[in-house]
Amino acid sequence: MNEEQPDRQELNRNLAQMLKGGVIMDVTTPEQAKIAEAAGACAVMALERIPADIRAAGGVSRMSDPAMIKGIQAAVSIPVMAKCRIGHIAEARILEAIEIDYIDESEVLSPADDTRHIDKTKFSVPFVCGARDLGEALRRIGEGATMIRTKGEPGTGDVVQAVRHMRKMQSEIRRVVSLREDELYEAAKELAAPLDLVKFVHDNGKLPVVNFAAGGVATPADAALMMELGAEGVFVGSGIFKSGDPAKRATAIVQAVTNWQDAKLLAKLSENLGPAMVGINAEEIETIMEERGK
Amino acid sequence: MAAYWHAQGAETFEIRQLADLERGMDLLALPGGESTVQGKLLKDLGMFMPLKERIDGGLPVFAVCAGLILLAEKIDDPGSRTDTRPEQWFGALPVTVRRNAYGRQLGSFRTVGMFDGKPNVPMTFIRAPAITEVAPQVEVLSTFDGAPTAVRWRNVTAFTWHPELN
Repeated sequence: MNEEQPDRQELNRNLAQMLKGGVIMDVTTPEQAKIAEAAGACAVMALERIPADIRAAGGVSRMSDPAMIKGIQAAVSIPVMAKCRIGHIAEARILEAIEIDYIDESEVLSPADDTRHIDKTKFSVPFVCGARDLGEALRRIGEGATMIRTKGEPGTGDVVQAVRHMRKMQSEIRRVVSLREDELYEAAKELAAPLDLVKFVHDNGKLPVVNFAAGGVATPADAALMMELGAEGVFVGSGIFKSGDPAKRATAIVQAVTNWQDAKLLAKLSENLGPAMVGINAEEIETIMEERGK
Repeated sequence: MAAYWHAQGAETFEIRQLADLERGMDLLALPGGESTVQGKLLKDLGMFMPLKERIDGGLPVFAVCAGLILLAEKIDDPGSRTDTRPEQWFGALPVTVRRNAYGRQLGSFRTVGMFDGKPNVPMTFIRAPAITEVAPQVEVLSTFDGAPTAVRWRNVTAFTWHPELN
């Protein structure tokens, strides 16, 4: 499938580097994609229904119609991502065939395989995967993911899970850094993660790929919070196009990520944004998407 | 990009808002990323004109990928819609660029070539633009398939590939 795999992995990690400090927005139509691009999104995620609507609709949720994704690819110059189901090799191949820029092997869709993820090293196209902790992140990277995001609890507008996942991942990274070298074997066992990747984290104090926040980000303040906790950029799903003034909110979130340390600017950005998505409490929901794929 | 300059013994700081421009600098590095994002943030945060004045005033500029697009006098994307295509940003470099000229991420690639007289320089192209036209006085530092991939003109050095990644 791909003869230059080491190079491909590196090129795919490089693209994620270029997205760093940016905001990736969920869009369902070419019009929304153009609004997102004009507002300063560094990439868009093309999907038929945003997570909040997937949650409301229930049933099996699958990869989007390739025609719909192509419409979005034609509308913008920024990278276009799309989701496939966890473990769904064929959906991933289809997305690769239409030259998607990044595949999100995502727990937001119904998993196709309840134990295994896709062997992403067999693909030329890059993958981003969700993770709730360091072990999960390193397992996905071991399978070939070249970008990681927190899982959060998508479609809720409640940032609590993204905070929990990012804090856990960062504190586990700090713990691994503090270990003696001869303790890393046991750490790899505990984390159920590849030893070479645990060693990388020990030596470098970070994941070997870019790490974004995702799930429940609805306001500029939410985005700034995730950056404060160590995210290198932010995915905003339902938060933008479920709100009162998507263009304004999208612009504000982009600026909040760029200048997350400037509280005065954040205050200005948070003014008069109109209603945020109503959201649902992450504790009140029945479908727990973060439990999908470990 | 910061690591690249640190390796050359330079100190760096990031320009994220207007106040950052008050710090002195000997060189402006315009990094990779998305030119639409960078151009918008430069304008929204009031940094565009002050930076343009400095670039036009001769501040040395080192521009990579999206940075090159921000500098180009002309942006020419035959496939893209006019409503999303900027005319130009800084317009400080007399070249024409085409965005995403090698296609999407599957078209990203690595090669080695001659750069500024040095052979075997690794060159990484990530969703790279292409330089389709150069004014006669622009010095071409590297080429790929016959087209210029790095150029120098007055105070500006600009790349379609990423020297900082190798």
